[in-house]
Amino acid sequence: MKPRLIVSRQIPPEVAARVRADFDCPWPDGRDMTADEAVAALAETNADALLLTSHLKFGADMIARLPASVKIAATCSVGFEHIDVAAARARGLPVTNTPDVLTDCTADMTLLLILAACRRAHEYEAIMRAGWRQGFGLGEMLGLKVSGKRLGILGLGRIGQAVAQRARGFGMRVLYHNPRRLPPEQEQGAEYFPTFAAMLPHCDVLSLHARSGPDTAGIMNADRFALLPKGAVFVNAARGNLVDEDALLAALTSGHLFAAGLDVFHNEPAFDLRFAALKNVFLVPHMGSATVETRTAMGMRALDNIAAVLSGRPPIDPLWR
Amino acid sequence: MPTRPVLLVTRRLPPAIEARAARDYQARLNAEDTPRTGADVLRLAQGADAILCSPGERLDAATIGALPASIKVLGTFSVGYDHIDIAAARMRALPVVNTPDVLSVATAEIAMLLILAASRRAGEGERLLRAGKWTGWTPTQLIGTGVGGKRLGIFGMGRIGRELARMAGAFGMQVHYHNRTRLPPDQEGGVIWHDSEDSFLQVSEVLSLNAPGGDGTRRWLNADRIARLPPGAVVVNAARGTLVDDAALIAALKSGHVAFAGLDVYDGEPRLNPEYLTLENVVLLPHLGSATRQTRDAMGNLALDGIDAVLAGREPANLVR
Repeated sequence: MKPRLIVSRQIPPEVAARVRADFDCPWPDGRDMTADEAVAALAETNADALLLTSHLKFGADMIARLPASVKIAATCSVGFEHIDVAAARARGLPVTNTPDVLTDCTADMTLLLILAACRRAHEYEAIMRAGWRQGFGLGEMLGLKVSGKRLGILGLGRIGQAVAQRARGFGMRVLYHNPRRLPPEQEQGAEYFPTFAAMLPHCDVLSLHARSGPDTAGIMNADRFALLPKGAVFVNAARGNLVDEDALLAALTSGHLFAAGLDVFHNEPAFDLRFAALKNVFLVPHMGSATVETRTAMGMRALDNIAAVLSGRPPIDPLWR
Repeated sequence: MPTRPVLLVTRRLPPAIEARAARDYQARLNAEDTPRTGADVLRLAQGADAILCSPGERLDAATIGALPASIKVLGTFSVGYDHIDIAAARMRALPVVNTPDVLSVATAEIAMLLILAASRRAGEGERLLRAGKWTGWTPTQLIGTGVGGKRLGIFGMGRIGRELARMAGAFGMQVHYHNRTRLPPDQEGGVIWHDSEDSFLQVSEVLSLNAPGGDGTRRWLNADRIARLPPGAVVVNAARGTLVDDAALIAALKSGHVAFAGLDVYDGEPRLNPEYLTLENVVLLPHLGSATRQTRDAMGNLALDGIDAVLAGREPANLVR
């Protein structure tokens, strides 16, 4: 008998095909469910596993209401702010995420944001969509050349290192700050700064790749923006809560920053609409992992975790041990 | 002090370049940046020693033939010279100088930006946010295609193509190219040459046009060649608008045979086929491949170096042959 699975969000076709083949699931393509609907579906089908994404608040109250049949909950995301890991642990429920598989895709998005912000892609696209019709003087509408600039990375982890590798293709000099210095094979020539503040004055471009948590919430505040050189470019494809958005808006409006590229916001999807009024920002709606290849890989990884636990093996990507 | 030679500058140039022109020449500048026709150039060139033109002016055989005999050198603020009838210039022994090399990196950056932005649907994401229509993250929203591991076909492996190959390599793309002649091994750097246009088109999951304009390449990317690309291909053009048969590309974008396109140049620019504006799966930029301060200053300086050299009786390094 196949294990019973509830998929609480639409999933890519290849992942759905595997769900059909390997699981007993009433809606193998996934169905967008609220927490109440998911709990009801799990109870009704006496399900063994739940596949969720960050849309579902998997808090202590929901975990308490799960039927006893549920042996694993796998989130199709690298972030797990929506999961109360302590409550899952207290109940002995394995919870897993999907690290690694979105590294390349997120790093690509980061470089897209750097290029788009430096080369004024929002303004250029808006000119075109309005019909263009007029040439520019050779000194007009100029952007910043990315190649040869200094790129500061906060958080040289997996994604940060993938960003650094791409940046070297543009001849960028990579600087970084981590709590601890990395071994040379991971540094790949990047210059280490023991404090974040010491790195900021040297960053022509700054990209955040830090984990979100109490120690990093609002880490980019007015003081830190002020430490960047005038005309710097700021990008964030990590987490919106790393940034004090009032301070970012002020730095963009005053011209202290040349431009910014943002994939994440403090409030998503109800992001601060003051950003939408600015010309010198490039904005995308949390699309860091939005490729067919990556979303499929994330779904497969979540299913790998579910299959492992249901066959009595340890989860591959446990959020608690 | 001898009288400074007279230099006609057809368009407004970056401030540093106009300052140099005004220091070294009796410079006829275009403070209003009024677009010039060939007839305007003839009128304004009376009594001048040199002209610094831009790709906006079409200097055909008749115009070149009618230039005053006092003109000793023609510079263009561009690497391309398909707006100048070079044969006509040669007939009257008029040296032409251009601005090679110095814009290769900036232009390759725009090609890479177009590859990323088109593949990742960044234009659509931007418009969704700017319209305030983002209602939330979903696993299937704005799913684009990853660039890592994809085959990038570069049509025209000159200086810009080689810079692009280096950048794309850092994203894990496998680079193929089609040129009339194979590059020497020291310039090839691991990229794969296709003698056959057919085999080149078949492997090009992402196709980047980096060839010169002119009659030899006019509408090279036509319906027949588009049909030979793999289904779902991505096409970018940061070279010359004349390389593309717009109607054929638009048809392929509508059918989905070409999934996404990114364009910086257009046949007949600053006019463009209005159907592009109705498509969501294109990213459009207004021919600003070389639009960084550093690059434009370098272009202006190189063009003036060439003009200086000819007037001083030396052979310029940037002579068009």
